[in-house]
Amino acid sequence: MADSSRPIGVRPLSPHLQVWRWHVTLAASILHRAAGVAIYFGILILAGWVLALHAGVQAFAAYTGALASTPGLVVLFLITLALLFHLANGVRHLVWDVGFGFAPKTADATAWGAFAFALVANVGLWLALAASGKI
Amino acid sequence: MSDYSTPLRRARGLGSAKTGVGHFIGQRVSAVALLLLAPWALWSGYRLAGHGYETANAWLGRPTHAALLILLVLAGFYHGQLGVRVIIEDYIGPGLTRTALLILNIFVAAAVATLAVVCILGVALGSGTV
Repeated sequence: MADSSRPIGVRPLSPHLQVWRWHVTLAASILHRAAGVAIYFGILILAGWVLALHAGVQAFAAYTGALASTPGLVVLFLITLALLFHLANGVRHLVWDVGFGFAPKTADATAWGAFAFALVANVGLWLALAASGKI
Repeated sequence: MSDYSTPLRRARGLGSAKTGVGHFIGQRVSAVALLLLAPWALWSGYRLAGHGYETANAWLGRPTHAALLILLVLAGFYHGQLGVRVIIEDYIGPGLTRTALLILNIFVAAAVATLAVVCILGVALGSGTV
């Protein structure tokens, strides 16, 4: 618990990543946070989209043109992947909040499930975009 | 944020000493809202992809779309700001840097969210410049 040699007022920081043994639930936890940061950039891109739309047809064409470039599409692909994972893993967190799903095997299975859902749903979304000629 | 903690919790002296309950509940409530709004946003993005300015302008001109997009921006920046706050609190020790980053985090979210809402309303109410 508390380190008595620590000066008063100096509180511990979060444990660093390297002290933990690798495990799927650990990966899900870390990637939940990383995905959250990626989605923050995603919502900034969305804010940029409404700004461009408000600015008019030229600004909108330039903005959506940048998003439709290869680097733009790679960024969007990663952001939708992060969003789908964060959504699935967020449901996992909400289920924990009401008191279910804590058994180690269940937690492992739902972590794998969240990864699988994100991968399948994201590839499906982008295949559908490509198949319909939207990108 | 108002104090959501129960009288029993205060009587027992357990739980957050400060404002953790408000953070916890606000984070979950915005999470549930985004559980509904984010799939809608993905679906809308899918529908608008590959179309140009006119389609996007007409789409945002629908009151339902504008209202949902405003809710998404507000819930999204609120939820994101809470998350970034926790990351700063976890990895930056007490001091001026931490305080500055915590304030900056709130300012960025508030400023960009407000700007986005003004633009959404502008387009929705037809004042978008063409």
